[in-house]
Amino acid sequence: MATTVTAEQVETVVADALAELGPDRELIKRDATFEELDVDSLDLAELSQVVEEKFGVRLKGDDIASIKTVGQAVDLIVSKAG
Amino acid sequence: MATRETCALVTGGSRGIGAAIARALAADGWPVAVNFRSGEAAAPAVVDEIVAAGGTAVPVAGDVSAPGAAEQLLAEAERQLAPIGALVNNAGVNADGLALQLEDDDWNRVIETNLSAAFRLTRQAVRGMIRRRHGRVVNIASVVGTTLTNPGQANYAASKAGLVAMTKAIAVEVARRGVTVNAVAPGFIATEMTAELTTGTLEAVPARRAGRPEEVAASVRFLASDEAAYITGATLVVDGGLSA
Ligand SMILES: NC(=O)c1ccc[n+]([C@@H]2O[C@H](COP(=O)([O-])OP(=O)(O)OC[C@H]3O[C@@H](n4cnc5c(N)ncnc54)[C@H](OP(=O)(O)O)[C@@H]3O)[C@@H](O)[C@H]2O)c1
Repeated sequence: MATTVTAEQVETVVADALAELGPDRELIKRDATFEELDVDSLDLAELSQVVEEKFGVRLKGDDIASIKTVGQAVDLIVSKAG
Repeated sequence: MATRETCALVTGGSRGIGAAIARALAADGWPVAVNFRSGEAAAPAVVDEIVAAGGTAVPVAGDVSAPGAAEQLLAEAERQLAPIGALVNNAGVNADGLALQLEDDDWNRVIETNLSAAFRLTRQAVRGMIRRRHGRVVNIASVVGTTLTNPGQANYAASKAGLVAMTKAIAVEVARRGVTVNAVAPGFIATEMTAELTTGTLEAVPARRAGRPEEVAASVRFLASDEAAYITGATLVVDGGLSA
């Protein structure tokens, strides 16, 4: 990608997308686990579609399996977009 | 006729069962994208017939087994009609022969068209469906490979058994998003595919006749409807009692 993606941008997109999937916005923090948020693998597949549309980053099944918290997801997306 | 905000894509809709499915869905209010591979004359005729009956339909050309076809066909249907609300994987081929004599090409072509293309189309269509929290996928399988088997159809039977397994696997993944994935397994239906079957074959059918494409289409229409919301991962057998 030509433009660099900031962590703040990714955090906003991820938080917005997760909020659409159910969890309360206040609970969506960097250290919150997807398990606590009741966000499952299908939710993460849906999140990865949003991420792909916004940042052109493709998360694979392995990537999704390896991330457990909101912060890990954000960091992974930022590193892939870099 | 109810107006809908999404459309249906029927692969291989230029003749046979696919054409009947396109007509039935259109009669139920679905705008229908009628895919065809080589039926340049047949597909527009199906479309014209639907439009004359007061429905909405467009032809969408393309070989489902070609690279990139899934994205291309779905995008074309969406561009001309509406987001995909129902996908009917009907395009199918056979290349019969005893396993000992089947060439790699006969095996690959049947698996590619009947199974792999259906997977790629489903994968792509379900992306939008899960986000809209609504969707219908209906895969046209067969009694062959699921409830019974014939010599000379190892490739076809494997493709249809695979299609039924894929139907169940994807159904359980997307069920909580209001998306259903089902299969319809026809028996002997009178189309070009079965034109060479002899009347002797029909003696094995308890109903003592071949099915009509419309009788398969009626099940697809039901599975695509709102009434069928709680049916998913199922295979509806339409075979005049053949596998009973
Ligand atoms: N007839 C039966 O007794 C029976 C029984 C069980 C299951 N089925 C299944 O029902 C489905 C329809 O069968 P049918 O009897 O209606 O067959 P058919 O009369 O031979 O028609 C097949 C349709 O599929 C299309 N098609 C084939 N390959 C394609 C490709 N690569 N890309 C796009 N379209 C393609 C054909 O389009 P073109 O004409 O443009 O090539 C045609 O519209 C198949 O999946 C078949 O396996 C049929």
